[in-house]
Amino acid sequence: MTQAIPAPPRFRHRTLTEYAVILVVIALVLTSVANTAPSLDKLERGVARLFAPSGFLMQMFPPDFSRVEHIAWKLVETLQMAVAGAALGLIFAVPFAILATDRLSPHPAVKIVARGLIAFFRTVPDLVWAIFFIIVVGLGPAAGVLALMIDKIGFAGRFFAEAMEEADTGPQDALRAIGASRMGIIFSAVFPACLPSFTATSLFALEKSVRGSAALGLVGAGGIGVDLKVAFDLFNYDEALTIILMMLVLVVAVEQASSWIRAKLI
Amino acid sequence: MNAPLMAGEVAAGSTPVGPVLHVRDLVKSYDGPVILRSVSFSAYAGVSLAVIGANGSGKSTLLKCLIRLTDPTSGQIEMLGQDVGALGPRALRRFRSRIGVVWQKHNLVPRLSALSNVLHGVQARMSGPRSWWQWAAPAEVRAEAMACLGRVGLADKALQRVDSLSGGQQQRVAIARMLMQRPEIVLADEPDASLDPQSGEDVMRLLSDLARQDGLTLIVISHRLEHTMAFSDRIIGLAGGQITLDVPTAQADPVKLRRFFDKPPE
Ligand SMILES: Nc1ncnc2c1ncn2[C@@H]1O[C@H](COP(=O)(O)OP(=O)(O)OP(=O)(O)O)[C@@H](O)[C@H]1O
Ligand SMILES: [Mg+2]
Repeated sequence: MTQAIPAPPRFRHRTLTEYAVILVVIALVLTSVANTAPSLDKLERGVARLFAPSGFLMQMFPPDFSRVEHIAWKLVETLQMAVAGAALGLIFAVPFAILATDRLSPHPAVKIVARGLIAFFRTVPDLVWAIFFIIVVGLGPAAGVLALMIDKIGFAGRFFAEAMEEADTGPQDALRAIGASRMGIIFSAVFPACLPSFTATSLFALEKSVRGSAALGLVGAGGIGVDLKVAFDLFNYDEALTIILMMLVLVVAVEQASSWIRAKLI
Repeated sequence: MNAPLMAGEVAAGSTPVGPVLHVRDLVKSYDGPVILRSVSFSAYAGVSLAVIGANGSGKSTLLKCLIRLTDPTSGQIEMLGQDVGALGPRALRRFRSRIGVVWQKHNLVPRLSALSNVLHGVQARMSGPRSWWQWAAPAEVRAEAMACLGRVGLADKALQRVDSLSGGQQQRVAIARMLMQRPEIVLADEPDASLDPQSGEDVMRLLSDLARQDGLTLIVISHRLEHTMAFSDRIIGLAGGQITLDVPTAQADPVKLRRFFDKPPE
């Protein structure tokens, strides 16, 4: 007969501090839900309104394609904003990223400032940037492009810097050892090594830019979002649905193209 | 430096001229233990000097101190008529441009062609985009890079990516890059270490032949007794942080050299 192996206790013994932490977390979740989540009857009434004959969902169908040509052109403008914002952002992300690396930054203080700016650009949402640039350059696509650009400097700056930190340092040291300039080392040893990673990051930035550009119009920074907001404001829910569907097509198309290119390159 | 330089003995078959490198009482410790206790030796123009010593005896550290890739703790290094320890950043860059280095690892930029990698050697005396990639370089620089590739027997591989070449070929591209630099002294840190015995021997022979043809001073760290005997004019041995052996190769007794190697060759 085999000897019975005693099973371990179901629960590990916990310390008082651990119990306290668990209690605090539970309290935090409960109070948060109680204070902000919708009450059940409010939800019930809302859902009923959504499905009422005059309600939002019913009004959306069938989608109204009568202004499809106008929407298509606005979609082109949105794509152009996304491309312009991503391109400008990627270009400016490169110097920011260089200054933010340990090995290539000219001075530790410069590195800290560059890292701080990149983090700041990334942390502030692009809608907030859009509102800021509307104040600077007025309503319209220009504000949107600037907002996308800043957001992309934050996004790509971080990943570019990481790629450069991870690049094999041997070739860089070999060039430094023969007295090559910093620029020479960056362009002839660092960039070629980082090219695949830079390409992937750039494609992600473009995707992110396309997704972001659709929403920017909601605050008046140009693109299809303006029309979406107008459609909602005028209760043209059927046109709003058309716009949403066409945006979806654009975003999915760009994502598909981008992942196809990435697969080809890597 | 005001102390007169000693005129040392010179290996048979080479022109007796003053030392191009004079090291006195070099001390180096990385934070903790002392690696080089007190190293003194000279190297003479056109003479090939082999540095031998057991694993971890500080050979690489010594080589790095010579061009200040790591700063010596104390001591005097005079090379090519300059007090190496006293050089400021700009002067150090100019000084390094005169010293060719071949590393244990080839340290080439993997995604670039052999020709581009060789061309990088020109960054020792030229900067700007025309020294970064082969397609942007002036015709005469490209021609010189091709000539250097030709001297290592790889002219037919010029446009091939270096990561598609064999280990021995990669090390030869690194040697061509060193030639492109038009160095006055060549330092080599076990250039054959990561190669199979045959390719390793070919690389050592190539390096020693090229140095002889161009009248270059060669300082090469060697980890194989037969290479040391075959490809050097003079041998110095490092043990316990000091030079404990300094003989012309012709007078060296292989049996006495064995203690400087980890695995005595059978
Ligand atoms: N950057 C560094 N920081 C701290 N210690 C180091 C550093 N580089 C080398 N060392 C130590 O210095 C000692 C000598 O190293 P070095 O690489 O000069 O030896 P070596 O003679 O070239 O050895 P090998 O034959 O393995 O190449 C070793 O103990 C090593 O651990
Ligand atoms: Mg070594």
